[in-house]
Amino acid sequence: MSKSPGSPPTGGPRLGADTMDLLRFATVGSVDDGKSTLIGRLLFDTRQLFDDQLDAITVASERRGLGEVDLSFVTDGLRAEREQGITIDVAYRYAATPHRKFVIADCPGHLQYTSNMATGASTADLVLVLVDATSGLREQSRRHICIAALLGVDQLVVCANKMDLVDWDTSAYQHIVDEMETLARRLGLASCTVIPISALHGDNVVERSDAAPWYDGPTVLDALESAQAGGWASQHGLRQGNGGRLPVQWVLRQPGGGRSYAGMVNGGPFRTGDPVIVLPQGQYSTVRSIETADGPLPRAEVGLSVSLQLNDDIDISRGDLISSLEEQPTVTDEFEATLCWFHDRPLRAGDRLKLKHTTRVTPVIVERIEGIFDVNELEVSEAPELVENDIGVVRLRTAMPLALDSYSVDRITGSFVLIDELTIATVAAGMVGPPRLHG
Amino acid sequence: MTKMVIFQRGPMDSAATLRSTSSRPIAGPSAGRPGQPDASVTALVRPVGHPLGHLDLLESLAVFIIREVAAESERPVLLFSGGKDSAVLLHLAAKAFKPGGIPFPVLHVDTGHNFPEVLAYRDAQVDAEGARLLVAKVQDSIDQGRVADPGPIASRNRLQTTTLLDAINANSFDAAFGGARRDEDKARAKERVLSFRDSFGQWDPKRQRPELWQLYQGSVRPGEHLRAFPLSDWTELDIWQYIRREQIVLPAIYYAHSRRVIQRDGMLLAESQWVTPQGIEVVEEATVRYRTVGDATLTGAVRSEAATADDIIRELATSRISERGATRGDDRFSETAMEDRKREGYF
Ligand SMILES: Nc1nc2c(ncn2[C@@H]2O[C@H](COP(=O)(O)OP(=O)(O)OP(=O)(O)O)[C@@H](O)[C@H]2O)c(=O)[nH]1
Ligand SMILES: [Mg+2]
Repeated sequence: MSKSPGSPPTGGPRLGADTMDLLRFATVGSVDDGKSTLIGRLLFDTRQLFDDQLDAITVASERRGLGEVDLSFVTDGLRAEREQGITIDVAYRYAATPHRKFVIADCPGHLQYTSNMATGASTADLVLVLVDATSGLREQSRRHICIAALLGVDQLVVCANKMDLVDWDTSAYQHIVDEMETLARRLGLASCTVIPISALHGDNVVERSDAAPWYDGPTVLDALESAQAGGWASQHGLRQGNGGRLPVQWVLRQPGGGRSYAGMVNGGPFRTGDPVIVLPQGQYSTVRSIETADGPLPRAEVGLSVSLQLNDDIDISRGDLISSLEEQPTVTDEFEATLCWFHDRPLRAGDRLKLKHTTRVTPVIVERIEGIFDVNELEVSEAPELVENDIGVVRLRTAMPLALDSYSVDRITGSFVLIDELTIATVAAGMVGPPRLHG
Repeated sequence: MTKMVIFQRGPMDSAATLRSTSSRPIAGPSAGRPGQPDASVTALVRPVGHPLGHLDLLESLAVFIIREVAAESERPVLLFSGGKDSAVLLHLAAKAFKPGGIPFPVLHVDTGHNFPEVLAYRDAQVDAEGARLLVAKVQDSIDQGRVADPGPIASRNRLQTTTLLDAINANSFDAAFGGARRDEDKARAKERVLSFRDSFGQWDPKRQRPELWQLYQGSVRPGEHLRAFPLSDWTELDIWQYIRREQIVLPAIYYAHSRRVIQRDGMLLAESQWVTPQGIEVVEEATVRYRTVGDATLTGAVRSEAATADDIIRELATSRISERGATRGDDRFSETAMEDRKREGYF
């Protein structure tokens, strides 16, 4: 081993308090732009790697005759990934600083694995976009940024990576800043930071680099520590104070003969006494009690799994949705949606599939392909079909009515997946409404 | 100084209602709202936290996953080894259906190489939760000639896969809950919460289902099954913090105790009928605890004085060795030992 990544700094914290906030982030960007190397570097420099894990990647690098420890092996853990030097599927890693817990999804960059990238980004509060400074934004970088923005991730940290290969030339950095400025404004992102880094050598990742005296913004770690956390878990990133929603998962029998309806709260909290409506049937009641395994609660926060007892005896089963009376979702069997299509067979008007929305599965027909979304022009243009990895706008009709919110309002009641009837594979990620990139 | 783009916008304005979307003409994203969002160069601000702590969120999501899989599968089962992760899983399954009982049986794949405390614990715990216990024995698979007998003292870790898959087939289970966590191993780090297994029980890491948001899509065809991992996003530290909070009872071997051990391959193995000193090895009396519990022939103890969950949480903060690195001989055979076993259908 001619060179190791340097000795890890000492004193990095791993122990967190019993309550910490949680930032979920995903790496995105084109293939080979340095996503996995950055995560390896970030974990190494914050001392989150165990000695045996570091030993194992050192040995694995040696075995492959690599001159130095390949930090991408921290997340590229599959045999095929190490053989080919690319990421195939998302790796999840966990890290913590004193008050914040991080869930990291290191996504693949290759076009072929776009569905895996969408998997990793769908629950992210923030995406780290890696861009190779020697080439600038590629079409695949734009695709990933668009998908992340469509998925409702509105905090971007863009890493202008491999700055060592351009001798830390400010113009390479500035070029990416200019491109991102236009893109971020058009996508309506809440925040976008561009940081010049070298993931390979660790410049501006955890340690500030001497190589770029002209840059005085945050390091990657600074940006992660100061970003808005908990957006996915709380839905706050999309809309504050939407009405409460509880998609019913399971009916529990309470002692004394009553029933309670189990599910996770989203949209807004429920309180005892709240007037509610059960959808799609449209029956009214009020919340009698909020039950948990640890006893009743006066109020159920967004993100909590509870069960609701109502004051009226209504026929409610799995797939129904209990909503607050204020700010109800729309009940409909026909709607427009934005799709990320993952199947190698094209999607055309007239196609029949299954759709899973919250806890309900229903047959669905594609009424119309409205168009495909061009990631370079950021425009929808007419098209007869969607092919693999297209982002498209479609009109759908379901066999059963659904209680829907627009995705831009609620990531839970505004999202669905499509299931191929024959292979039962998940073939599309769907967002209710047209591509709304401007909040 | 070169400018960097940092701009920030306030909370999202209220979005259009759904109804209006259907009448909207096809247009690019700029049709969503006229004009540009206000941009300014400011520092990122520290946000307000979520009212729920990370343990609440982890618990809530695990309960959600358990309910979802229980509702969508025909014959689910919960895999229970008697280790700390299965203890947490069983506890969560009980919480998910209170005041009712757990609506599926619990399956122990028994290697026959057990720590006696763990078997007693298993029976007591499953009983306390009112669940039905099924035991599938590796010894039976050996006796029936399903697997070759590796001899009395060899590890039976890998043989468990056949026993497990046979039990899944025999009972027509279409979903099996497991306590695996993604922070345990680099192959587990790649696995979905709902992990699809073909009719041979195999995992294909190159063809995993997309798994978006919290839409867990668990349909399978006859003969296929799912593995469901509600603890996917939990770390070893989360597990211990949760055990402390919920006062979950564990087998005593998880806490510091005095034990006769043999040092082998950098691990401390308990002296037992299967593990006896070979060659120059010596037996020593040491104060140890276990970080994981598996086949007794290759699960190592660690030297530790930590006698309570509090002590363990403190100890984890300074530990430089990962959970499996410290304790599992089965991961040392090759670089991709876990991936290879998982492909065959292992937990
Ligand atoms: N010179 C230089 N090379 C880098 C830097 N960061 C990454 N690389 C190299 O770029 C190659 C690709 O890095 P990865 O981290 O695997 O890229 P990736 O974005 O994860 O790739 P995929 O996951 O397959 O999309 C490797 O050879 C890295 O060593 C950097 O800052 N400078
Ligand atoms: Mg990668």
